[in-house]
Amino acid sequence: MAQSGFQRSISKDRILTTSSPAAANAADPLASVDALVEGLGSVGYIASRRIATALFMAVKLEKPILVEGSAGVGKTELALSTAKLLGLPLIRMQCYEGLDESKALYEWKYGKQLLYTQILKDRMGEALADAPDMDAAMDRLHGMGDLFFSEPFLEPRPLMKALREEAGCVLLIDEVDKSDEAFEAFLLEVLSAYQVSVPELGVIKAKTSPLVFLTSNNVRDLGDALKRRCLHLHIPLPEAALEERIVAARVPGIEAKLTRELVAFVQTLRTLDLRKSPSISETVDWARALVLLHADSLAPEVVRDTLNVILKFEQDIGAVEPQVVELLHKR
Amino acid sequence: MQHTLEQFFRALRAADVKVSPAEAIDASRAVAVTGYGDRTLFRDALCSTLAKSADEVDRFEGVFDSFFSRDAVAMPPRSASDQGEPSAEDMAATESSPLAQAVLQGDNARIQQSMEEAAARAGVADIRLSTQRSRLTRRLLEEMGLEEIERIIANARRMPNGEGQGLADRLDEARRNLFTEAQQYVARQHDLYAAGSARELREERLARKQLNADGGVDPVDYQLMQALVKKMAKRLATKYARRRRAAQKGHLDVRKTLRRSMAHGGIPFQVEWKVKKIDKPSIVAICDVSKSVAAAAQFLLTFLYSLNEVVDRMDAFAFSGRLISVNDVLDDNAVEGAIFKVLQEIGFQQTDYGRSLQDFAEQHLESLDRRTTVIFLGDGRSNFADPRLDIMRQIHDRSRAVIWLNPEPESYWGQGDSVMNRYARFCHVAKQCGTIEQLERIIEDVLRSYVPH
Repeated sequence: MAQSGFQRSISKDRILTTSSPAAANAADPLASVDALVEGLGSVGYIASRRIATALFMAVKLEKPILVEGSAGVGKTELALSTAKLLGLPLIRMQCYEGLDESKALYEWKYGKQLLYTQILKDRMGEALADAPDMDAAMDRLHGMGDLFFSEPFLEPRPLMKALREEAGCVLLIDEVDKSDEAFEAFLLEVLSAYQVSVPELGVIKAKTSPLVFLTSNNVRDLGDALKRRCLHLHIPLPEAALEERIVAARVPGIEAKLTRELVAFVQTLRTLDLRKSPSISETVDWARALVLLHADSLAPEVVRDTLNVILKFEQDIGAVEPQVVELLHKR
Repeated sequence: MQHTLEQFFRALRAADVKVSPAEAIDASRAVAVTGYGDRTLFRDALCSTLAKSADEVDRFEGVFDSFFSRDAVAMPPRSASDQGEPSAEDMAATESSPLAQAVLQGDNARIQQSMEEAAARAGVADIRLSTQRSRLTRRLLEEMGLEEIERIIANARRMPNGEGQGLADRLDEARRNLFTEAQQYVARQHDLYAAGSARELREERLARKQLNADGGVDPVDYQLMQALVKKMAKRLATKYARRRRAAQKGHLDVRKTLRRSMAHGGIPFQVEWKVKKIDKPSIVAICDVSKSVAAAAQFLLTFLYSLNEVVDRMDAFAFSGRLISVNDVLDDNAVEGAIFKVLQEIGFQQTDYGRSLQDFAEQHLESLDRRTTVIFLGDGRSNFADPRLDIMRQIHDRSRAVIWLNPEPESYWGQGDSVMNRYARFCHVAKQCGTIEQLERIIEDVLRSYVPH
């Protein structure tokens, strides 16, 4: 269960862990799983041990990590927080249908290439003027070296950038399930060997392996080949206690009583058969809305008025609205 | 410990969590990092390397818990009368059998150890079928040295004046307890390692079962069938999702143009256009749910449902007397609910193929084009009504391919009220499809070679 929160909100059990041996080397968040939980907490992400373990393994085994879970449980947030914690640059690549390697990997700088050809043409006569015959001219031409497809003309895209970060980086490949299967296959080389082959240049290999996060909403099943190369982490919806901590952390100034009430209400909603159950981001948005409205407890009218913040489908709102009072009493 | 991990991978595979050698290596590396000290850490580390979906995580946790919980042998305490240390005579009489001594002393740890060693010798972990359980229990007990105990009991009973009687009774009771323990041990091993193979067996049998036989599919096998059919439908869908046509779009492909122009000193006189792969195959599936296919209707509808899940552009129809579009029903309901609703709405009436084809022609014939594949699922029995071959011909002419999957064997086609042989003339593929195995074969071979591209 992955949540974010401000440090000041972190409750007692965190203070308890502070006194554990792991805290002794808090300077190095990668020393142990506990230290990692701690570290993530300090950058505003309240992670369960399972999340921290997966992340820990990803770093130690240098493997990409595939994060699954419904929308709004904090998948992307995990990558952002990790980058912050480790002090590494974050390179983000949003996937979509039709994404191809010229957008993901590299592109040539066509304008500059054109200019280069012009210069080459101008200089060519000069350079070859004193060649006695055609063969010699050709030899000299070969000797000049071909700069046309070379690094200076390369425009790196996210994947290439990530591989060329000398000190490593966090690479976030967001919503990989939205990309085509062909692109998924193309990712395999990057993910398993941290290298790419550019036909004109050869293989480009990362000096320091980037820490790769892939996120997926299960729009389609990912291929086994891709899954096999990744560690798997599934982030479920949080339990009430954890969700309260998150809300308290994310919405400063919210009353404890209101937090408890609204989390309990959202948890009840999740037991209903809805098209889209509210996830953590919806809970947080709702809490913010209620704070703005100066509500200090959940009254049925307030809930009805703000239902559109947590429910995103007309049918869902229609189904829940009549039973608001009932649901409020249920908890 | 490596051996234990290997055993654990086996148990996972049996529970249908795919563990490839590469994953096994990763898991071992992960364990090398975490060590064995912290159980949760150990579990989470293994879990993140081995389980690759939420479903597999659940199964992983089940297997982990039962595999790494050492259920100690719990021999019932000896009866109150002989509390305390066993007498010296008893110990002397059982000298030849360490097991008997352990039993008499109530040393559960030693019994446990001896049972595990014996299990390794007897090969209990190789259990495949539930019927092997009693034989393996017997072997396990033999390996533990039960024979020796039995011999001691027999000797004790033969002793004069019944002075060995007490010992014999105690050992006899212990023997019964041992037997129960061994049985439970073997049962646990069976659950761990053989659950998967039993499923494989069921899948195999199910694949060959005639689905239009009386009673259709067993409710027990129903979920299994859904999973199998879904796999098939997905295969079919990917076959169609192959990129088939490349259309030229009006975008200049600068990169290619430049590369080509290099040969002419950078003058781009051969222009390259961006080629976009267009791939929008569509499937129209028409499913017969009338009385004559009642038994197979569930199978056909399951296939229809799975197809609808995996194919983006699909129009589904069901008919018996009349034909209706069932897209909405399939989209909005879970599979059982959807099938039930379709059958409720239109199922089990008198078949009228002609009427239904006419309905189809009115509603949908317009939208058939050369990218459309039409799949009929039905027996082609029309109750002697006009089969409307003219409409069938139109469908054939307009669409890319017409595929007819018929639950009846080919020898029945054209018998009685079947007009299947006449419809078959307008199909690119018409095949019997009464079992999941046949469905698989059709998808594998027939579509590849018969369907025009």
